[in-house]
Amino acid sequence: MSDIVIEAKKLSLTFETNDGPVHALQDVDLTINKGDFVSFIGPSGCGKTTFLRVMADLEQPTGGSITVNGMSPEEARLKRAYGYVFQAAGLYPWRTIGGNIRLPLEIMGYSKENRVRRVKKVLELVHLDGFENKFPWQLSGGMQQRASIARALSFDADLMLMDEPFGALDEIVRDHLNEQLLELWAETNKTIAFVTHSIPEAVYLSTKIVVMSPRPGRVTDVIESTLPRERPLDIRESQEFLDIAHRVREGLRAGHGDD
Amino acid sequence: MWQRFGPVVTVVAAIFALWYVMAVVMNANWAYDKARRADVELGFSELVVDTWSQKKPRLPAPHQVAVELWNTTAMKSITSKRSLVFHSWITLSSTLLGFAMGTVLGILLAVGIVHNKAMNLSVMPWVIASQTIPILAIAPMIIVVLNAVGISGLVPKAVISMYLSFFPVVVGMVKGLRAPDAMQMDQMRTWNASKWTTFWALRWPSSVPYLFPSLKIGVAAALVGAIVAELPTGAVRGLGARLLAGSYYGQTIQIWSALLMAAALAASLVMIIGQIENYTLRKMGMSQ
Repeated sequence: MSDIVIEAKKLSLTFETNDGPVHALQDVDLTINKGDFVSFIGPSGCGKTTFLRVMADLEQPTGGSITVNGMSPEEARLKRAYGYVFQAAGLYPWRTIGGNIRLPLEIMGYSKENRVRRVKKVLELVHLDGFENKFPWQLSGGMQQRASIARALSFDADLMLMDEPFGALDEIVRDHLNEQLLELWAETNKTIAFVTHSIPEAVYLSTKIVVMSPRPGRVTDVIESTLPRERPLDIRESQEFLDIAHRVREGLRAGHGDD
Repeated sequence: MWQRFGPVVTVVAAIFALWYVMAVVMNANWAYDKARRADVELGFSELVVDTWSQKKPRLPAPHQVAVELWNTTAMKSITSKRSLVFHSWITLSSTLLGFAMGTVLGILLAVGIVHNKAMNLSVMPWVIASQTIPILAIAPMIIVVLNAVGISGLVPKAVISMYLSFFPVVVGMVKGLRAPDAMQMDQMRTWNASKWTTFWALRWPSSVPYLFPSLKIGVAAALVGAIVAELPTGAVRGLGARLLAGSYYGQTIQIWSALLMAAALAASLVMIIGQIENYTLRKMGMSQ
């Protein structure tokens, strides 16, 4: 029980729109254990982001149940149980990088010396030490996204919810950040839920891959990765990697069968 | 140098040329009238000289206004009732007070509109309606009502300035306080930030680029308000009073110099706010 971070049972979410109801999620069952790196993959409209937002208490499910750390998502949010990384870095231009990372710490009432210590620590974790006093516009897009990850890491949340954090970045930067994210995950022992629509990214990063399909949004396959936790970039040329990628692709294709 | 100032110089020169030509055209009747009565024949050069130097011309020539401006600013002690600097200060003081009051009122209303559903639905129509009433119609009433409760002098004029200047601030700040996108608001929610924190950490800084353009419009409107407020009261001090007195006695040169002074004042106020805007936005990393 204590090992389960997310537990969804028959979770459904229907948006009422002018064109009739949209079933963003239908009967989703999923368990995420502590220390897992779970990727959600699927085409647009499959509900992967919606599912992440339900975990974060940013959307309210219309059916079924979900717990985060054994609590309702709202309780978990109020206890600041997770750090959320959005697709855009969303740094405030009027705050320095350090100031941006400090913001959630200020809101949560951490003491000043504690804030200083934590900012220094997370900047080192994302390899941005020395950039504390720079402003966001002085950093590249990849560095800004790293700063936003640092911001989500700065407070004590064991769960990271990441919504296509590298979606707007180019391939090379993305590879680099994926590698760093794995290091970070190994170092911090966090549980990560990661939304993506890149198959190689999902296979490379995850211990568990959740394949989803749209209309209605549902889970079509859950793949437990057999890759070792330690993953150099060239693992992506191994047969095992290609086999998993193949299974993901099959799952995505099956989900598309009805349209 | 010419690249930068050339167009400006050309336009200004064209305006002055047109102004001089119009002065000849507008004042020609009076010049011919005088000539006929004095029984002299008026040549073209005499006509031009006369139309550019009449005492009470329909349209004073630029140099006449310039001389008047010089005589009533540099040549007079600033405490003198004939000093345009003195009158400008009278108008400026109520402009600034009204502008400050209008800015505070505008910001408070915008904060209310953004945070309170009832205010969001009810206040804006009133704000817009308030601006459709001609200020000339409402200004005397404000002054009379405030006088009746014992408030006179600077404050009633400032209230009229406020009435005109709060409007652009409300409109700009409502937009500005709503500038944070859904993602930024969601992010605050994930941190369980209070409304108060969200306001000071996110909404307020996000609104700054919207505030300054509103302030520029607001300060110009406040100046108009202060001048208008001086008209119905028969005020003896202020630029509005100079305009009024000038029109009573047909002192067109005095009217034009007061008008130019008001324009210069408005331009200076807008420029000062522009400078503060540049500095602030650069400091906030929002003008890259």
